[in-house]
Amino acid sequence: MEAAVGAAEFPMTPLISIEKVTKVYHLGEHDIMPLQGVSLQIMPGEFVAIMGASGSGKTTLMNILGCMDKPTDGKYLLEGQEVSRLGKDELARLRNKKFGFVFQSFNLLSRTSALENVELPLQYWNTMSWSERRQRAEAALKRVGLEDRMDHYPNQLSGGQQQRVAIARALVNDPAIVLADEPTGNLDSKSEKDILTLFSELNATGITVILITHNPEIGAQVKRLIRIKDGRIVENA
Amino acid sequence: MNLARAMYLALRSLMRNKVRTALTMLGIVIGISSVIAMVAMGQGASTMIQDQISTMGRNILMVFPGAASSAGYSFGGGTSTTLTSEDAVAAAELPSIRAVAPIVRARAQLIAGGQNWNPQTLNGTTPSFVDVRDWDVEEGSFFTDADVVSSAKVCVIGRTIADNLFPGSSSLQQTIRMKNMPFKVLGVLAKKGTSAMGQDQDDVVLAPWTTVKKTLQGSAFNNVDQLLVSAQSDVTAASNDLTGLIRQRHRLAERDEADFRILTMNEMATAATQTSQVMTLLLAVIASISLLVGGIGIMNIMLVSVVERTREIGLRMAVGARGKDILMQFLLEATALSVAAGVIGMVLGVSAAWVISNTLHWPTLISPSSIGIAFAFSCAVGVFFGFYPAMRAARMDPIEALRYE
Repeated sequence: MEAAVGAAEFPMTPLISIEKVTKVYHLGEHDIMPLQGVSLQIMPGEFVAIMGASGSGKTTLMNILGCMDKPTDGKYLLEGQEVSRLGKDELARLRNKKFGFVFQSFNLLSRTSALENVELPLQYWNTMSWSERRQRAEAALKRVGLEDRMDHYPNQLSGGQQQRVAIARALVNDPAIVLADEPTGNLDSKSEKDILTLFSELNATGITVILITHNPEIGAQVKRLIRIKDGRIVENA
Repeated sequence: MNLARAMYLALRSLMRNKVRTALTMLGIVIGISSVIAMVAMGQGASTMIQDQISTMGRNILMVFPGAASSAGYSFGGGTSTTLTSEDAVAAAELPSIRAVAPIVRARAQLIAGGQNWNPQTLNGTTPSFVDVRDWDVEEGSFFTDADVVSSAKVCVIGRTIADNLFPGSSSLQQTIRMKNMPFKVLGVLAKKGTSAMGQDQDDVVLAPWTTVKKTLQGSAFNNVDQLLVSAQSDVTAASNDLTGLIRQRHRLAERDEADFRILTMNEMATAATQTSQVMTLLLAVIASISLLVGGIGIMNIMLVSVVERTREIGLRMAVGARGKDILMQFLLEATALSVAAGVIGMVLGVSAAWVISNTLHWPTLISPSSIGIAFAFSCAVGVFFGFYPAMRAARMDPIEALRYE
């Protein structure tokens, strides 16, 4: 079994371990429960796709995994540490240090160069010098193959290039995990392929990649596929 | 995130929208510059008035002869000859009055040794003069009442005259000739400097009024040109007492018009100072209202900016910004905006004050405190009006903010 092999190779605790996580939103008189007791373990170095129809709860799961949101109930252990009861500022620190986020709509700052966009996470929680920031941002852009576009503004870049800048931004803090929410949803198939290749390369260097997608082709390419439906995991291979 | 970096980012973000930034700043610029210019004008006016009072003496009143008339034909102010040195002596007895000195004005060329000089002021008076004007004799002594009675040819001179007629030597016991008559110098008055009107107060010769009247004016009358009065403390009471006394002495009936008039420096000055202070306050209040409007303008633009940048805020939070980082960012932007506007306003206000004093010749006074207060005020406006928008930004939920269209 793959999990057993993984456990043998990494004799450590899982990177992410959630147990019976639920999430309830109160909307007026009705309660909405996008997550209804989800348990899941992800080991370091995995490449996971979370698939599900819209409304299935996959985005909520992603937000909880990425420490953007807290579960209503259940446990979340990140590298063996309970994080579901941490305060806002501590969660912000975790997002900064452990995670890199990639969004469907890129979310680059307009009228801001690619380099400065990539530097953004370095503005928080560190005391780096200007030149060190610059060097790290440059290195991250090189890693996604945009070393010749560093001073371009987002509107001077193609969609695929913009998403690469966003990935560089996710990488700049050397995260353990990259979380990507429909990263290719706004891209043509050529760019989509490039971006997926890039994620595979990153995964090969040891970074854990978690993708959200509803594209079955992507689901077929990853090492591990988790299907979610109506707030529950229905397939966990 | 350190402060220098945050400042840099705030400025960068303001520079991205230059026109909007400039228009937002305009309200504060106008507010600060008008406050500074208005206060400078008001303070300039008050200071000028204060200077005039303090060189004249605070509780000074002046009694001038009224207009004489003959057969319904008026000769104009100061022509009445009814004001006498006896009036001065009697007035000095009033409890509300400290001292009275009669003044007789004359003009003459001064000659001493090889030098000559035409003094700006040549007055005949009595020894009370030093009490009235609060003016010390620096060298020698003032002439005495006996000198007044005997019309002695003695005088006391100001520092300017001493320096011009007797350069490098003592002027005491020297002789000055006026209209070919020798006057002995008994004393030199302490230096008083230039008056607010630009007059050299030390360019003065004082002699017994009897001597000036008879010898220099060649007059057979014994009326005086002015009484210089210093009140105890209440100038209004002194003025009323003086009016009553002189009317009585001049045997004026109830319905008769006074043959003299009283001018109180203090009343004039106080009225003028109060007027200028009220004006200053009024102008400063109006200017402050424009500052308030400017502040609301900043708040308005910052609110728009926060909404516009909702996704940026969400993204920053996603990559690790805490609420207080976001708060800091927007607060710094608002403060940078208002401080920059404040600095521009200060420069404009100081220039405006300078232009006003140079083209309209109104006195202006820019005090460091008004600059300091204006600067502090512009910082405060930024923090105060920037806080609410910044707070709204800081309280955003990252997930919702990222989803905002």
